[in-house]
Amino acid sequence: MNIRLEGMTWEFGDDVNTDLIVPGKYLELVDYNEIALHAMEGIDPDFPKKVRKGDIVVGGRNFGCGSSREHAAIALKHVGVGAVVAESFARIFYRNAINLGLPALECPGIAEAVREGDVLDIDLIGGKVKNKTTGRELSFVPLPSFMVAILNEGGLVAYLTSHKGEW
Amino acid sequence: MTVSEKILSRASGQGKTRAGEIVKAEVDVAMMPDLTTILAINAMKEMGFKRVWDVDKVVIVLDHVAPASTLLAATVHRDIREFAREQGLKHLYDVDSGVCHQVLPEKGHVKPGYLVIGADSHTCTHGAFGAFATGVGSTDMGAIIATGKTWLKVPETIRVEVEGKLPEYVAPKDLILYTAGQIGADGATYNALEFSGSTISDMSVSGRMTLCNMAIEMGGKTGIVESDEKTLKFLKGRTEGIIEPVYADEDAKYRSVLNVDADTLEPQIACPHKVDNVKPVGEVSGTRINQAFIGSCTNGRLEDLQVAASILKGRHIHKDVRLLIVPASKEVYLQALDKGIVRSLLEAGAVLSNPSCGACFGGHIGLLAPGEVGITTSNRNFKGRQGSPEALVYLASPAVAAASAVTGLITDPRDLP
Repeated sequence: MNIRLEGMTWEFGDDVNTDLIVPGKYLELVDYNEIALHAMEGIDPDFPKKVRKGDIVVGGRNFGCGSSREHAAIALKHVGVGAVVAESFARIFYRNAINLGLPALECPGIAEAVREGDVLDIDLIGGKVKNKTTGRELSFVPLPSFMVAILNEGGLVAYLTSHKGEW
Repeated sequence: MTVSEKILSRASGQGKTRAGEIVKAEVDVAMMPDLTTILAINAMKEMGFKRVWDVDKVVIVLDHVAPASTLLAATVHRDIREFAREQGLKHLYDVDSGVCHQVLPEKGHVKPGYLVIGADSHTCTHGAFGAFATGVGSTDMGAIIATGKTWLKVPETIRVEVEGKLPEYVAPKDLILYTAGQIGADGATYNALEFSGSTISDMSVSGRMTLCNMAIEMGGKTGIVESDEKTLKFLKGRTEGIIEPVYADEDAKYRSVLNVDADTLEPQIACPHKVDNVKPVGEVSGTRINQAFIGSCTNGRLEDLQVAASILKGRHIHKDVRLLIVPASKEVYLQALDKGIVRSLLEAGAVLSNPSCGACFGGHIGLLAPGEVGITTSNRNFKGRQGSPEALVYLASPAVAAASAVTGLITDPRDLP
C-alpha cells in the first residue's frame, strides 16, 4: 500500500451502522467479491456500480456501529474503497478495517470539510488530509507504526503470515 | 483498579495495567456463532495455522440461521460441523441449542474474572457474570482461535449507579434503554460500562444480562456487573473448577458516573431508527403496530416470557397484530413449557418459534414489510434491521411489547384495562 492515497469522496453521515453497510440477509455469504456486490446496500443500492477503485468513503460520527460482521469492512474493501475517513469509528468496525488492510482514519472536522465528489489526498504517515477540490487541509493523529505495517502488508493475515504468527 | 483493569492485568500477565494501555492478553473462551465462523476459520488457515489452540476453549454455536433456511446457510453449517469434527472441538452447539449469549453461560463456559471474546458484537452480555467480554470481527477471531491471544486496549470505565426499586412493569430493559438515551449511541465508545448499586444487587442474573447486552449500543467494549451470590447460584452445577471473582477497588478511577433513580423510572421505548432515540412509552403510546417480537439475547429468557405470559393470560392479541415469541435457548423453552407459559402464549395468539437469532437481525423469520411497524424486545432498531428499510422498529421491554400486542397500539402495560 502507498502511504499516500488519493480518491474521490462518497459521503454518508453519522451513525452508519454495519446493517446498512451489509444487511443481515447477506451474512451467509463467504466470498469476498459476492459480499462486495452489497456494499452500502442499506443506504444506496447503486453504490457498488458507482464507486471506482480508490474512492474514499467519508463518514460522520460513530461510523460502523452495531454488529461485529466483518462483511461490512470486507464489502467496502473489495468494492474498491481505498480508505474510510470519519469523525469517529465504532471500535469493532475499526479493528476489522485495519485487519483487512483498509485504512480507517479518524479525522475531526472531515464531515464538514468535504462535499461528496471532492477529491482527497491523504498522507498516512504525516497525518494530513488535503481536500484537493477546496484546498482545505485537516490533520489526524497518525496511526502507530505497527498498524501502518499491518496496512502496508495488506492486513492482519498477511502480517501474521510474514511475521510467523508473532505480533 | 476497575474490574476491567484487574481482569486484563491477569489475562495479560503484566501486573497492574491501567486504562489506555494496550495489552496482549490470553483468552479464556473464544466463541463463534454460525455466520461469522467460516470467515474466522478461513483467516486462521490463511495465517498458516492448521489447528485451533485449544479444543476446549473454542466454542461454536449454530444460532443465527437455525435451522438453515437457505442452501448457503446449510452449506455454512455443514462446513462448520466438519471443521469441528476434524479439529476435535469439544463444544459445538447445533441448531437446537439457542442463542450463543444464552447458551454459553447456561453450559458453564463463562466464569467471573474470565476474558471472553466472541465473534459477535453482543458478546458484552457475558459481563453480567463479572467477566470481561467483548466482540471482535472474523479476522481477529481467526488469530484468536489459532493462538489464544489478542491485543486489547484497556478501557476506561463509565459507572452506572442505580439505586432504588424498579416499579411494577418497569424492567431492566427500561433501565438500559434509559441509560442509552442518556449516554448516547457513541457515548461509551471504547469504554466499559459497569453497573452497580442496590437495584443491580437486587436484580436477577437474567436482568443483568439484559443490561450488559446493550453496552455495545452505546459503543461500549463490555458491560460488567460484579459477581455475587446470585451469580454463583446461577453457575452452580454448570461450571467446574474454582471461581475467582474480581471486584473493583474502593479507589478505582472512573471516567464518569451516571446516577439513575430506579424508583421513578417509567417504561421506556427507543424510537426509529436509533437506539438512543429513547422516550418514556407514554410519549408514543397509541402508535399502531403490525408485529411484536419477544425474544433475542436481550430479552428471550424465562422471566421475559413469564411477564409476557402474565399480561397475555386470559387475553388475546389484537386481530391486526402478529406476536412472535422466540425463547433464547432450549433450556428456557423447556422451563417455559413446564411452567405453562408456552400454553398461555399460544392461546393468546402468539407464534412460538425455536430458539434462534433470526427475528432480531432480519434473518430467516419474522420480517417486516415496507410501511409496517414492529415493536421488539431485541437490541437494535436500525433502518432495515428487521426486514424492509421502509419499516419502523421500536425497542421496548417484554411487558410493553406484550401489552402493545394486545391493543395493537404501543401501550404502557400499566394502562391495560
